[in-house]
Amino acid sequence: MAGVSDTELREMTQEDRVKALGMTTEQLTGRSMFIEFKPEEEERFTYPWLADVDFNKRAEIDTDKMMTTEVNERIRELMNEGYGTIVIKNPRGKHSVAVGILSRLNLIVEGSLGYFGLGLIDGPNVRIQGRVGWSCAENMMAGVVVVEKNAGSTFGAAMRGGDLVCRGSVGSRTGIDMKGGTIIVGGDTGALSGFMMQRGRMIFCGNAGKNLGDSMYDGTIYVGGDIQSLGVDAVPAELTDLDRQWLTRKLTQYEMLPEKGVDHFTKIVAGKQLWNYDNLEPSEKKLIL
Amino acid sequence: MCGIAGLMHRGKVANVGKEMTSMLQALKHRGPDSTGFAVYGPPHPGEYIMRLKLDERSDDMDAHVDFQNEKLVEQRLQEVERRMQEKGVDVRDRQEATPYAQRFIIRYDGDMENLARYIEDVDKVEILSLGNSLELIKDLGDATTVSSQYELGEFDGSHGIGHTRMATESDVDIRSAHPYWAFPYNDVSVVHNGQITNYWIMRRKMERSGHRFMSSCDSELLAVYTAHNLAEGATLEDSLRESISEIDGVFTYLVATKDQLGMAKDTMAAKPLVLYESDDLIAMASEEVAIRAILPQEIDTYDPYDEEVRVWQA
Repeated sequence: MAGVSDTELREMTQEDRVKALGMTTEQLTGRSMFIEFKPEEEERFTYPWLADVDFNKRAEIDTDKMMTTEVNERIRELMNEGYGTIVIKNPRGKHSVAVGILSRLNLIVEGSLGYFGLGLIDGPNVRIQGRVGWSCAENMMAGVVVVEKNAGSTFGAAMRGGDLVCRGSVGSRTGIDMKGGTIIVGGDTGALSGFMMQRGRMIFCGNAGKNLGDSMYDGTIYVGGDIQSLGVDAVPAELTDLDRQWLTRKLTQYEMLPEKGVDHFTKIVAGKQLWNYDNLEPSEKKLIL
Repeated sequence: MCGIAGLMHRGKVANVGKEMTSMLQALKHRGPDSTGFAVYGPPHPGEYIMRLKLDERSDDMDAHVDFQNEKLVEQRLQEVERRMQEKGVDVRDRQEATPYAQRFIIRYDGDMENLARYIEDVDKVEILSLGNSLELIKDLGDATTVSSQYELGEFDGSHGIGHTRMATESDVDIRSAHPYWAFPYNDVSVVHNGQITNYWIMRRKMERSGHRFMSSCDSELLAVYTAHNLAEGATLEDSLRESISEIDGVFTYLVATKDQLGMAKDTMAAKPLVLYESDDLIAMASEEVAIRAILPQEIDTYDPYDEEVRVWQA
């Protein structure tokens, strides 16, 4: 599948496209059927009640003396007034800042966030100049988040879509229960990263801690450094040309491509020995018997 | 949930009392039940600082003891002082922040552990800390309340650790509050965030070795365990590393000695810690917001990984 062009991808059936992108290799039947939104169905990507914003309208919020709820309310007020670029100043590690933003927005955080920042977002482009605490961008659905420094544990937990980027190192359990999208980490990641991962991709340019990809159902993990140990049912796989192309494209996009390229990356996928999606539940078996 | 924090100024003395108060107040939402400080001031050569409590205070009691208790507390104080005199202790100073919380400056050449056990033999008396520079303070309420009550705002020192407690497996009272002094080791204190699941197994092991427990709080085990290892000749770093395999559960804990500050994280890295390190300052806490309370400027911080152990020298 090496060298598949965008035009070719668009002309493929959904199933072939998914396979060509290396996103999954399972039989797309039964309960594991993969449902993908069609790009032409625009109404599925927007919420009719959200205000239109103008990226050229810029506002700043000095959060030094504000509570988290006040900060989040102020972001919504500004968006309703049409501001498309918002700068958060002096966040000083506040928790749960900028959660639940469901439309396009340029958000710049001048400083560091605490726990649960940017949870449940669906579309904004966010740049954080400092670090983030635990569970940044949990359940993120779309958009781009770039963290310039380090991140805490459970980075991108249960993430569903978009690009979540940390230029530094991240804590443990990165991408736990991840269901889609891409996590890119410039440095190292801690133990149990990719635990129960279901879909999506993770790139770690540095080292990975123990039990990487433990109990992962699907998805792909790429590691540029050493892997302390693999988790249950996480297995190495061949790094294909398609993988190399995709890694190069993604890492170049965020100016994180290592000088020596991507050939040294290790690819980890699910061994799928733990799968029982299409097995009958005990109660169902009784009905048949 | 609980919040922990630690701070060390390398090679200098600063207003550690005020800084720790700010850090712990920022962590109030992690545990509003009680707050404790273990702060290390300039050493008192040839002298010991002994902090003890003469009565328990729980969440259904007021800070001021009633008349009946007041008399009992007074009697206990008299008995403590009588026992000190009997042992030949030279009491240089005595202060009280509350009727039940006493601070003694003493000189004593005898066996300090025997003295401590003899004093603790008085009903309801517990020595909170003993050492040349350690001052261990803990009480019910948030950091500002406790700090103000014990006049910590003016305390200068090199380092300290602290804790805000959300009571889970034991009562809301002072004996279950952190930090814990690593009895009988001078100047060694511990704070902990987490749950220890082999508490009873380890406690029985420690008790069989002659160690005393004053509460049913699992965190006290870490103080006793540290004291046990130090008595066996281990370094602080050895003890912290050993704990990761010997102590079951999820935990992050900090240990301070008169000139060291250490941390250990369990094998799952399930409990948080954010760390800032520069040439002249170490600051760590359960949440970044606590570090930002004393360092408003932009800094680089990180989360230590699973099984990570660090020890810093003052």
